Amino acid sequence: MIEKESGNSRSAYVIDDGVGGLFKVARHSFVDEAVLEDERRKVFDRCWLYFGHESEVAKPGDFVSRAIAGRNLIFNRDRNGKINAFYNTCTHRGAFVCRESKGNARNFQCFYHGWVYSDEGKLIDQPGKSSYCANFNDDGASNLARVERLQNYRGLCFINFDRNAVDLETYLGGVKEYIDLVMDQAETGMEIIGGAQAYAIDANWKLLCENSIDGYHGGVTHATYMDYLANTVGSMSATSVSGGGRQLGGGHAVIEYSAPWGRPVARSVPAWGEQGKKDIDAIMARLIQKHGEERARRIGHMNRNILIFPNLVLNDIMAVTLRSFYPIAPDKMHVNAWALGPKEETTDMRERRLFNFLEFLGPGGFATPDDMEALEMCQRGYQNLRAVAWNDISKGMNREAPSTTDELQMRAFWRQWNALMITKEAAE
Amino acid sequence: MSQVLTKGVNAPAMTRHDFEDFLYFEAALLDEWRLDEWLALFTGDAKYMVPATDCTDASTPADSLFYIADDRFRMGERVKRLNKKTAHAEWPRSKTRHTVHNVRIRSVEGNVYQVACNFVTYRTKNDVTNTYIGHNEYKIVVGGDGPKIAEKRSVLDLDSIRALGKISIII
Repeated sequence: MIEKESGNSRSAYVIDDGVGGLFKVARHSFVDEAVLEDERRKVFDRCWLYFGHESEVAKPGDFVSRAIAGRNLIFNRDRNGKINAFYNTCTHRGAFVCRESKGNARNFQCFYHGWVYSDEGKLIDQPGKSSYCANFNDDGASNLARVERLQNYRGLCFINFDRNAVDLETYLGGVKEYIDLVMDQAETGMEIIGGAQAYAIDANWKLLCENSIDGYHGGVTHATYMDYLANTVGSMSATSVSGGGRQLGGGHAVIEYSAPWGRPVARSVPAWGEQGKKDIDAIMARLIQKHGEERARRIGHMNRNILIFPNLVLNDIMAVTLRSFYPIAPDKMHVNAWALGPKEETTDMRERRLFNFLEFLGPGGFATPDDMEALEMCQRGYQNLRAVAWNDISKGMNREAPSTTDELQMRAFWRQWNALMITKEAAE
Repeated sequence: MSQVLTKGVNAPAMTRHDFEDFLYFEAALLDEWRLDEWLALFTGDAKYMVPATDCTDASTPADSLFYIADDRFRMGERVKRLNKKTAHAEWPRSKTRHTVHNVRIRSVEGNVYQVACNFVTYRTKNDVTNTYIGHNEYKIVVGGDGPKIAEKRSVLDLDSIRALGKISIII
């Protein structure tokens, strides 16, 4: 009974009462500017953060510029095929050296005074170079600054602003098993599909951590989505939603379950027709050959909502989405979401995947807008926190086998978040 | 509210003015939340699309992630959803104002017209006003029962939809 043992702690943020079966989160965690300041240092400056997928920079010279945890960064693949993470600021006076959101470039030139950096970040030219001292930049201090750490796990590139952080694989720990189940869908690797959803929610970022792995809200919040599925002839099989939630250590958490909808890898529904069934059978046969019957069925038939602490969601449901989000203010987050699919996917299956994605997911879908509304209404509700100070996250506490509609997976997030937040920082 | 145009195939060719009336009528139906009537402006195999802001004109819902890519069936489901109280993002319903301008007939082939316009749509909910700025690309088929929209592609002229949050209304 893990929770009974791990519980019994109390901080200004979390009451974890394993014996009493209660779990409470203080609402000021969602509204205080001081809490956000603390999070920036203790969470976002310490944890591995998702930066981008290697397929976004598939060719030498490919680059993407992206804001991560309040920094403006460049993600690129240089002429030698190496993936880099640079701070997007000229070492001369500070201007962006890259002003496009994506593209392909051998060099980055600052348009202010004209300093030029190679795709490896080396300062290679300055107008009026002869006016500088002879050994200028011999120490490399005027090259583009590199993000402190950058590591890749199965195509997912993460950065860390803490030089002394543990390795990415150690950090991921128990969640690697679930990342593998998603990445193993592909024969030749997964890729980001063109088109990124970049939106915002007027709510605290931690509310989306909870919501992304919350199986409890589905029936009520997403009533219209369920109506839609029921109206769609042949879009559902007889399978019901059933499965369980797990905490994976380090704040990572998952719910894994069967569900009635079609999965591009690999569960067909009648609406996809004979050809769809043939395509799915071929994918499943390939999976069985490579991974064996049991693992193949788990990869292809089961659904997973995965939270990689602190702010990466990998949801492998009727389509696969990667979703990452950052606090802009206590009551505002920016969200980036992408669709992920196997590189070798057929045109028909890719179309089914994207059609599936949009019926549920994204700010124009049949479900996500209602999640966003729910999160925004929670945030507004917290204005009453002097009267009602605590959220309840006790559902399924101490159950032997928590279901997807219990809240174990959210407690996993909060336990890690609380542990980081109550850490006394060493003076640097 | 003005009537939908009822020019038949043998009627004089549609003018820009005719399409302006038609698109103003569509805008009014959306603002008045007469969504079943809005749906009736479309052909039986119509498509309604809102591409992601980093998509190009060549991007299709088969190869790129859009915000909305509805076939006619899903358009109908979208309308049903927006008519329910359980469409939480739109309950209580937001106030909207669809404006249409710079209407142009881009090309005509038989009775199929490519019509473009600019739009600004305002949505107010919970005292927050979002402004959707963009242009619409319409494929409109003019038959015996008047013009019907076969395709509506609403392209947002924005870098992202961070300023909008969500696209829970029909823009």
